[in-house]
Amino acid sequence: MDLTVLDSDPVSEGEIATETDVKGCSAGACGSTDDQVSQLPESIREKVQNHPCYSEEAHHYFARMHVAVAPACNIQCHYCNRKYDCANESRPGVVSELLTPDEAVMKTKAVAANIPQMTVLGIAGPGDPLANPEKTFDTFRRLSAEAPDIKLCVSTNGLALPDSVDELSKHNIDHVTITINTLDPKIGAQIHPWIYWNNRRIYGEKGAKILIAQQQKGLEMLVDRGILVKVNSVLIPGVNDEHLKEVSRTVKSKGAFLHNVMPLIAEAEHGTFYGVMGQRSPDAEELQDLQDACAGDMNMMRHCRQCRADAVGLLGEDRGSEFTLDKIAKMDIDYDAAMKVRAVVHAGIAEELAEKEEKKARIAGVVVPQSDSSQGLDLPPVLMAVATSGGGVINKHFGHATEFLVYEASTKGVRFISHRKVDQFCIGDDECGEKESALAGSIRSLQGCEVVLCSKIGYEPWEQLENAGIQPNGEHAMEPIEEAIQSVYQEMIDSGKLNETAQPMEESVSA
Amino acid sequence: MSLEIVESCVNCWACIDVCPSEAIAMGDTHFVISAKKCTECDGDYADPQCASICPIESAILDAEGMPLNPPGSLTGIPPERMEAAIKEIQLR
Repeated sequence: MDLTVLDSDPVSEGEIATETDVKGCSAGACGSTDDQVSQLPESIREKVQNHPCYSEEAHHYFARMHVAVAPACNIQCHYCNRKYDCANESRPGVVSELLTPDEAVMKTKAVAANIPQMTVLGIAGPGDPLANPEKTFDTFRRLSAEAPDIKLCVSTNGLALPDSVDELSKHNIDHVTITINTLDPKIGAQIHPWIYWNNRRIYGEKGAKILIAQQQKGLEMLVDRGILVKVNSVLIPGVNDEHLKEVSRTVKSKGAFLHNVMPLIAEAEHGTFYGVMGQRSPDAEELQDLQDACAGDMNMMRHCRQCRADAVGLLGEDRGSEFTLDKIAKMDIDYDAAMKVRAVVHAGIAEELAEKEEKKARIAGVVVPQSDSSQGLDLPPVLMAVATSGGGVINKHFGHATEFLVYEASTKGVRFISHRKVDQFCIGDDECGEKESALAGSIRSLQGCEVVLCSKIGYEPWEQLENAGIQPNGEHAMEPIEEAIQSVYQEMIDSGKLNETAQPMEESVSA
Repeated sequence: MSLEIVESCVNCWACIDVCPSEAIAMGDTHFVISAKKCTECDGDYADPQCASICPIESAILDAEGMPLNPPGSLTGIPPERMEAAIKEIQLR
């Protein structure tokens, strides 16, 4: 039995992992770092390898930003409340400052010059970008002329998409995200109560039917023009959960290349329909099960952070407060000079990624010996959490982590599963984040994980983690994530720890 | 004959693009409708356009001062449910 970082045979050009119904993680379909991008045809790989939202690998290195130029929306979603706007909130549709296209261009250049790893500019709201065509396309037009080294992308509910495809294909836009929560108007009416269409507000199933038809038509038109399409879906337990498997199959068959199933965010204090009516959000396990079920058919995205419509920085961090309008007004940006620096930084990252790839290929070729005691036993997979601030290495102090990346180690290798936010309960007042000790929040967010890897950890959290059945590990600081996880898993095998759990009597193992 | 936008407006710009009479402008704190220019879309559309796209309940009033989108009509949240939720949050 080989213990390797998951990597499968290269797929020939034009053949995006078509294996269906493979139990567990089929080639090219799971979110493992390598598979997600390496399985794609060369033409697509080139487009996504430095896009943090389209490549799990890239998101450790490259940053993105959203400019909030698009306030108007043409539909209502039950997980959205247009009144809400708070600097402490982090979720889609929330912004602090609306920008004009001029301000957006200025801000984009300022961020690109100060954060050279920023490769992608997206317009994602706070309304629907294509319901604000002038503001959206004015911003895109100027950026493709003035900042040609930035990739442009847009995220839409799809209602106005067919009418916008011609204009979209004129700019430097090679990625579009469509939010598709359902293919069934009956389900649609439970998620989208109304749409604005042909100068009428249209309610219920009738509206949902139009929305669904427009989304599917827009998807087909984009694929025809060679524009990459990612589909986002919000997982709403009891509403569209089972149905999302069919959504995944259908959008894949129409040519979408990545499916991002995100958990519903619903709290009464957000004032959304789902929040107030007590609709529950899915737990981490439900989300993972559904992503795994869809993965048999579709390339799944699992590293989405559901960011704000004005987010800035690496996924999982938000540096928006460094680039408010009053601050960028004081910055003197020479974009031509910045572009030179950016090119050097991008080349450096590309080199680092290539080295990493090579190293992985070498590791994949090595058969890792296993202890005799594990022979013939079906060893259980182990979830491990990692504290990182980017770069693909374990480099964050446990106490400073605001989120953890969760990986699954098994005899088949290591694969990325999800991120877990450290749950800091926020009701938006002065005591924000102090309602509960950060430590308790961190430990709760690690539920289901047996090991947590970080660069350093204090004595108190160490003890409490152990008491919670989670083994802290600071021995792999600054090491590449997958390799460290692989070696910890191997140690667990060697020490016989996994055999204990593999036995029929499944008692929890004391650390 | 004119509609009116009141302070619950969140400045989302949706109405300004769909008004056939160019009667809507940005005010000091929220968008405003010019009573002189507003026709309530009579002759242009079956429904007043600003009130057909506005996502905020009770933000647009008719000539009699009645909301065109009363509480619960857009979000689907029954008003008494919303009140109960607000009370509960305030008690925390």
